[in-house]
Amino acid sequence: MELVERLLRGDKRAAAKAISLLEDYDKKAADVLGAIYPHTGKAHIIGITGPTGTGKSTLVFALAKEFRKRDKKVGIIAIDPTSPYTGGALLGDRIRMGNLTLDEGVFIRSMGTRGHAGGTSRATADVIKVLDAMGMQKIFAETAGAGQSEVDIARIAHTSIVVEMPGLGDDIQAMKAGILEIGDIFVVNKADLDGVDSTLANLSLAVEREKPSGWKPKMLLTVATEDKGITDLADLIEEHYDFLKESGTLETEGVERAKEELRAALSQHLFLRVLERPELIGEFNNLVQMIAKKEMDPHSAAEKLLGLAGIA
Amino acid sequence: MTKLRVLVAKPGLDGHDRGAKVVARALRDSGVEVIYTGLHQTPEQIVEAAIQEDVDAIGMSCLSGAHMTLFKTVMDILKEKGIDDIVVTCGGIIPDEDVTKLKEMGIAAVFGPGTPLRDIVDFHRKIAGK
Ligand code: B12
Ligand SMILES: Nc1nc2c(ncn2[C@@H]2O[C@H](COP(=O)(O)OP(=O)(O)OP(=O)(O)O)[C@@H](O)[C@H]2O)c(=O)[nH]1
Ligand SMILES: [Mg+2]
Repeated sequence: MELVERLLRGDKRAAAKAISLLEDYDKKAADVLGAIYPHTGKAHIIGITGPTGTGKSTLVFALAKEFRKRDKKVGIIAIDPTSPYTGGALLGDRIRMGNLTLDEGVFIRSMGTRGHAGGTSRATADVIKVLDAMGMQKIFAETAGAGQSEVDIARIAHTSIVVEMPGLGDDIQAMKAGILEIGDIFVVNKADLDGVDSTLANLSLAVEREKPSGWKPKMLLTVATEDKGITDLADLIEEHYDFLKESGTLETEGVERAKEELRAALSQHLFLRVLERPELIGEFNNLVQMIAKKEMDPHSAAEKLLGLAGIA
Repeated sequence: MTKLRVLVAKPGLDGHDRGAKVVARALRDSGVEVIYTGLHQTPEQIVEAAIQEDVDAIGMSCLSGAHMTLFKTVMDILKEKGIDDIVVTCGGIIPDEDVTKLKEMGIAAVFGPGTPLRDIVDFHRKIAGK
C-alpha cells in the first residue's frame, strides 16, 4: 500500500489519513493494520489520565518539550468525550499544545471517544500503532477526564500516569477503587495551589501498594504551566520503562496485551460478521423486541444470530 | 462510518473568540467532531494542524480586519502543499467587497455577523456528502 509506505517514511499526511481509516473502521483498515504491524512495538506508550481540568494536556505539552530535548520523537493522542446524544465532540486539547504543531518530530492527533466507554475510543490502540510505525518513540495518550471506570488506558499503555490536583480530596476517595489502582506514577499537578499536603496524604494510600510486577508506584509534584518538576517526571517515566524492560515485565505484559487485542478484535469481527448481513438486521431487530418483552434473554438471542450467520 | 471533522481556527493576534466558540459548539451539537486550536495561531500552524487531524474542513474566524492577509497565507500554503481535499470557510467582520476576493482565493463560504447558526451548520454538513 502506497499510503503505508509513505507513513513508514514518517509522512504525516499519510499517517493522518491512515488514522482516519482506522477510526472510521473503513474497509481498508485491516490492510493498513496488517501492513504496519511488523513495524510496531518499538515505542514507549505512556497513558495520562485523571479528572477533568487537572492539567493533563498542559503536562503532556511540557513532557513532549522535555523529550524533544532528549532527542526523542513524540506522538500525542488526545481523547475527549463524544456526546452520546449527537455524536459530536469538541476536541480542545490542542489549545495547550499549539507551539508543538510545527515541530518536525511531533505528531498530535485529537480523537473523540465515539461511543466507547472507558475513557478511550475503540480505535485508540490501533491509532497508537500508526504513530509507533511512523517512528514516534514516546507516545502519550491523554484520556477523557477519568472517573471510576476509565482504566482502559492501563491496558494499552506501558506506563500509566494519574494526574491529580489540590482540592480534589473527596474525588480521590471516591476513585480509590478505579484509577488509583492503575497508576505507575501519580502526579499532583498545580502544586502552586493550596492543599497539596492533603492531596498527597490521600494519594499515599495508592503508592503503598506494590504492582504485581514489583514496581512501587511513585508520587511527584509538578507545576506544568511553569515547567516545574517536568525533568524529574521525565526521568521517572524513563526509570519505569527501564524497570519494565529489565524485569521482563514488558515482555510478559506484551503477551497479555496481545491476548486483549485478539479478544477485542474477535468480538468486533463476530459482531460485524453478523451485522453486515442485511438479512440478519431484520432478525436482530426482531430479537431486540423479544428481549424487551422478556420473551427471550440476550444470550440466547446472540446464539441464535450466530447460528443464522453460520458461526455457531 | 465516516465522521465529519472540522478545524475551527483563530489566526493572528485577534482576541475575539466568541464567534469561533459559538460556531464550534453549534457544529459539535450537530454531530461534527470539532478540533478547536485556540487563539493566536499562525497560518502555518493552522495548515499543519489540519493535516495531522485529517479534517474535511478548516473554518477560520477573524474580527480584527487582518483577514485578507491571514486567510490568503493559509490558502497559499494549502496550494503549495498540494492539498485540495480540505474545504475552507470563514466568518467574522468581513466587508462585502472582500467577500468576492476571498471566494476567488478558493474560500468556499464567508459568514458575516448575524448569520443564523443553522445556515453555518447546514453548509458544513453538506461537505463531502457527510
Ligand atoms: C464582543 C466584542 C469584543 C469583546 C470580545 C470578547 C471575546 N472574547 O470574543 C472585547 C470587549 C474583548 C473586544 C475587544 C476589542 N474589540 Co471588539 N468587539 C466585540 C463586538 C461588540 C461583538 C463581537 C461578538 O462577539 N459577536 C458575537 C459573535 C457570535 O459574532 P461573530 O464573531 O461575528 O460570529 C458570527 C459570524 O461572524 C460568523 N463567524 C464568526 N467566526 C466564524 C468562523 C467560522 C468558521 C464560521 C463558519 C463562521 C464564523 O458566525 C457567527 C454567528 O453568526 C464587535 C462588534 C460586532 N458587532 O461584531 C466588536 C469589534 C469586533 N471589536 C472591535 C475592536 C476594534 C476591538 C478592540 C481592538 C477594541 C480596543 N481598542 O481595545 C479590542 C481588541 C481585542 C483583541 N484582543 O483582539 C471592532 C473591530 C473593527 C475592525 N475589524 O475593523 C468591532 C467590529 C467593533 C467596531 N465596530 O469597531 N471586543
Ligand atoms: N495553577 C496552575 N494551573 C495549571 C497548571 N497546569 C495546568 N493549569 C491550568 O489548568 C487548566 C486546565 O488545564 P488542561 O491542561 O487543559 O487540563 P486537562 O486535564 O487536560 O483538561 P481536560 O482535557 O479538559 O480534562 C488550564 O487553564 C491550565 O492553564 C499548574 O501547574 N498550575
Ligand atoms: Mg486535556
